[in-house]
Amino acid sequence: MFDDINDLYQQVILDHCKKPRNFHELPQCSCSAQGFNPLCGDNLKLFLTLEGDVIKDAGFVGSGCCISKASASLLTENVKGKTRAEAEQMFERVRELVTTGKTTGDVGKLAVFAGVYKYPARVKCAILSWHALIGALKGQAAPVSTENEQT
Amino acid sequence: MISMNTSVDWARLRTDFPILNQQVHGKPLVYFDNAATSQKPRSVIDALTHYYERDNANVHRGIHELSNRSTTAFEAARTRAARFINARSADEIIFTRGTTEGINLVAAAWGAQNLKPGDVILLTELEHHSNLVPWQMIARRTGAKVAYIPVTGDEGTLDLTRLDALLTSQVKILSLVHISNSMGTVNPVQEICARARSRGIVTLVDGAQSAGHLPVDVQAIGCDFFAFSGHKICGPTGIGVLWGRQEILDAMPPYQGGGEMILSVGYQKTEYKPSPHRFEAGTPDISGPIGLHAAMDYLDAIGREKIWQHDQQLANYAYEQLGALKNIRMFGPKVNRAGLVSFLLKDVHAHDVVTLADQGGVALRGGHHCTQPLMHKLGVESTARASFYFYNTPAEVDVFITVIKEIQKFFAA
Repeated sequence: MFDDINDLYQQVILDHCKKPRNFHELPQCSCSAQGFNPLCGDNLKLFLTLEGDVIKDAGFVGSGCCISKASASLLTENVKGKTRAEAEQMFERVRELVTTGKTTGDVGKLAVFAGVYKYPARVKCAILSWHALIGALKGQAAPVSTENEQT
Repeated sequence: MISMNTSVDWARLRTDFPILNQQVHGKPLVYFDNAATSQKPRSVIDALTHYYERDNANVHRGIHELSNRSTTAFEAARTRAARFINARSADEIIFTRGTTEGINLVAAAWGAQNLKPGDVILLTELEHHSNLVPWQMIARRTGAKVAYIPVTGDEGTLDLTRLDALLTSQVKILSLVHISNSMGTVNPVQEICARARSRGIVTLVDGAQSAGHLPVDVQAIGCDFFAFSGHKICGPTGIGVLWGRQEILDAMPPYQGGGEMILSVGYQKTEYKPSPHRFEAGTPDISGPIGLHAAMDYLDAIGREKIWQHDQQLANYAYEQLGALKNIRMFGPKVNRAGLVSFLLKDVHAHDVVTLADQGGVALRGGHHCTQPLMHKLGVESTARASFYFYNTPAEVDVFITVIKEIQKFFAA
């Protein structure tokens, strides 16, 4: 029945939503930020450990829909080993990907989110953890939300 | 499958709704989001078109023919609305933008005049944000407090054993929902209002989910205010009704100031019109009441007792089948449920349920349903909800159940 929707719920996404990776706090983290969409209830906290300019470790906790959870899980895998600048560049690529279906540059496994743009109501779910990433890197104290502006 | 009351040709009624005859994602549309808004029959769409093509003019004070026509149609809708809820007089009918504005009007106008520090506004834990936030706002302004009749648990029924203890002499107003939009609970408003009234407490009933689904008689309910929305009862969006008991309305200060609500205006002082015009400042929504009039005619031609029976049958049918599934948590009362079902699938977020159901052509709603405090109390972030109306069919419920089973398989794979 749901053949058409596999572009949204790709196998990799289903796998990460059921078995999220790095799904834990980092007590010794360098920075963290909360992503919270009060209208839909998606709520996650992202933790980063930096050594110099490099993200050495990433973890997250929280609850939400399949898309937001899988996105956070894949984010933590993706950003490990990246510099701040590289992580910020990846944020821009993911944002472009989930809003247009295309992106300039390699996004690795995150390409599974290429179908999200066809589901405008779900873009905010896919991008929430990435806004939390930027919030954490900037040392933002207030929770970030993606409900008002879609991306 | 169940069989519905055959004294009504439900299949023919369905053809009155052009929007229902379409496919969504390649599947026939199954519209189960009626608690959010209902669809509109041809007669309502035609009434709006006719008004704009033939009669459009500003109401009241006009001398010319079109203004006479629009004023007559506007005021005829008021009379019709009075009959729809068995109000004593059309003067008790105030047109609003919807239930939310009706409650805000009472909270702001009645509340500002009648509430003082230490007074209590009694609500229930079931309330929609529209019956919570306006009271929190006026409580902050006046120093009154907000208290709640508790909900028992997932069944979403009120614990009325606490009612007498909660109806203290500090309580000045009790405002409660007739039918819960997120649980499907039908509150015994007549009994509750009687107990409040015997203590001199003013009562407001939020009829957003009830007015178009069952016969409503405000005099029998015994409340002082009753608010409902046009768009949930086959009417247009942006129009609603606040009914208030005449003697209370007469004593209330205006809500907003402007044209239409005055007798005479000076630079320093203004005399206001009596109710209902006192509460209708500015050029009103004119097409709205005219469309609503057609909607009320349409519903009462079917008969709301039959609509109620039909909606309940569909809801019971859906509830039984959902309840028989594994890994599902059901909300709302097991008996005497209104025409909706609210549920959660284990390990599947409500928004994922709704996105997938949409692919099957089934329009559901997932979220907190504007009842965040209730969701917190039940320890959930959201539920998925299917809400029914008279144009829905048992066959559509079967499609819905199949889709839910497929969703469970999809996430279990």
